[in-house]
Amino acid sequence: MAAGILVFAEHHQGKPTRAAWEALAAGQRLAADLGLSLTAIALGVELSPLMAELARAKLDEVIALESPALEVYTPEGFTSAVFQLIEARQPRLIIFSHTYQARDFAPRLAARCGRALISDCLSYRREDERLILIRPVFQGKFCAETEFMGEPPYFVSFQAGSFREDSVEAGAAPARVTCQAVTLAAGTIRTRPGEVFREAKQAVDLSQAKAIVAVGRGIKGPENLELARKLAEALGAELGASRPICDNGWLSMDRQIGSSGQTVAPNLYLALGISGAIQHLVGMKGSRTVVAINKDKEAPIFEVATYGIVGDLFEIVPPLIEEIIKAKSG
Amino acid sequence: MKMAVCLKQVPARDAVLRLNSDSTWVREDDVSFEINEPDIYALEEALRLKEKQGGEVVVCTLGPERAAQALKEALAKGADRAMHLHDPAFQNLDAYATARALAAAIRQAAPDLVLTGLQADDDGFAQTGVILAEMLSWDHSTIIMEIQAQERALKVKRELEGGWFQWIEIPLPAVLTIQSGINKPRYATLKGILAAKTKPLQRLGWKELGLDEESLKPHQKITKVFTPPKSGKVEWLEGTPREVAQRLADKLKNEARVI
Ligand SMILES: Cc1cc2nc3c(=O)[nH]c(=O)nc-3n(C[C@H](O)[C@H](O)[C@H](O)COP(=O)(O)OP(=O)(O)OC[C@H]3O[C@@H](n4cnc5c(N)ncnc54)[C@H](O)[C@@H]3O)c2cc1C
Repeated sequence: MAAGILVFAEHHQGKPTRAAWEALAAGQRLAADLGLSLTAIALGVELSPLMAELARAKLDEVIALESPALEVYTPEGFTSAVFQLIEARQPRLIIFSHTYQARDFAPRLAARCGRALISDCLSYRREDERLILIRPVFQGKFCAETEFMGEPPYFVSFQAGSFREDSVEAGAAPARVTCQAVTLAAGTIRTRPGEVFREAKQAVDLSQAKAIVAVGRGIKGPENLELARKLAEALGAELGASRPICDNGWLSMDRQIGSSGQTVAPNLYLALGISGAIQHLVGMKGSRTVVAINKDKEAPIFEVATYGIVGDLFEIVPPLIEEIIKAKSG
Repeated sequence: MKMAVCLKQVPARDAVLRLNSDSTWVREDDVSFEINEPDIYALEEALRLKEKQGGEVVVCTLGPERAAQALKEALAKGADRAMHLHDPAFQNLDAYATARALAAAIRQAAPDLVLTGLQADDDGFAQTGVILAEMLSWDHSTIIMEIQAQERALKVKRELEGGWFQWIEIPLPAVLTIQSGINKPRYATLKGILAAKTKPLQRLGWKELGLDEESLKPHQKITKVFTPPKSGKVEWLEGTPREVAQRLADKLKNEARVI
């Protein structure tokens, strides 16, 4: 078969993650646009159920790379196993979702092949023979069109949400399934991963909140949190925050919203001085009504906002508290 | 333990950025620069490990003339010496070539542990530290939120998505990429700033690093930078603070029906 596209399908205990389907959706679009074959790969042990599930999608082949050494993720194990497959299959393009796992080993894998990974892409465009990838730079303030130089294989990772998991096309017939035992050289895996865990104290569950006032670095200092608290009180809302606020210890970690914090979907999300980095947006974009108050009109948070106010939060919040109390009693 | 910290100078967070004339990057002549935020945490972590265990902290950056300022700041905070990878040939390197140059410098410094930030806030590759580990054939781990030193190994707490974590034992030498929030970074003291003036700051070009043109060849290239298109769904509320407050309260009550 002509050298094609490999999609790395991440899974959690044998179930494909959302990221796996998103990567597959990207792979299907690229395979159609570039006229290449499409193969999904997954690593671990006892992957047959996972293979069967992936094989229902429209693709040519699914490959399980199986070894007891791959049961638990390690960057060395995954890099070596996928590298072997790349050597054997000579694909043109390898696609990942830009997850924590891909961040951890995809750059290493690409480097082992002596090639580039264009990471965290939002979309792509084809211009004749050129594949142009569009990715955010400067924390989303700008986008950059980026191209590969030199020979394939090319490595790409797409940001969460760039392709929709529900856009994966089902196949007419199940794809071919190949199970391949992988042998890793002794001493390949030197790191020893432990169990995954959550910090014990999770006092606040924002996932059930009806309304959230979230503060970002625009709040300047912990002494100003009182202002946000009063607004939250007036709205009957919980207080949430972007990561730097929790990093600084101004609010506890369980109030952090985003990819490394909680995912929330309240009826009202009011963002005060939050720029709207992707890692924050993924945690709150399911909110029904989003209000953003930010002094920078170009801040990405306004892209997901229902109502946008460009201005200084310290001037706007005090009258806003009064007006909300008035509106509630009126 | 001997440690190296790779850090990068990036435009200040609140800098107003404008595109350059051929729209391939931002204009750098009128912006102020600072050390990339996660790199500040990486430096702090190295300084703390040194204070606990003894050893040396070498800071290393690849960048133009202005980047020396980042090194001076790191020396003022307590790093022992600095390496500035500076050469006309180093302009616009991709993550791969940057890592290759850094790897050459790291081989010279011969540390037990390299710390970097998990990504740079300008190009956002999130790759340089990991590629560096591959080039050195060292183990690595990413997005680290705690480091405990043991005999010839480390126990590191790796952040996972959604508030999950994992402890990993990793042998030395190793490369770790550090997540913001791992510690509380210090400020430089006046004494530190004065002491920094006498600390060694070594400047290295591609020849001193034993690199050739081939090894700096880019594997990816930015062809155009642009302002992201706006979807335009937001409804802007304008006026004096009192007016926008009234408008918003009205919208929340009568349109969104959330109060
Ligand atoms: C792996 C990884 C995981 C991450 N996980 C998360 C996560 O779970 N959650 C999260 O939030 N972040 C996360 N981050 C960090 C994220 O990338 C951003 O750095 C962070 O969200 C920025 O927070 P912020 O918007 O509060 O700060 P900034 O980006 O500094 O934005 C501050 C905003 O305040 C505005 N402002 C300043 N003063 C005023 C004023 N007086 N009035 C009005 N507006 C004002 C500014 O215009 C600016 O837009 C993660 C990053 C990485 C790499």
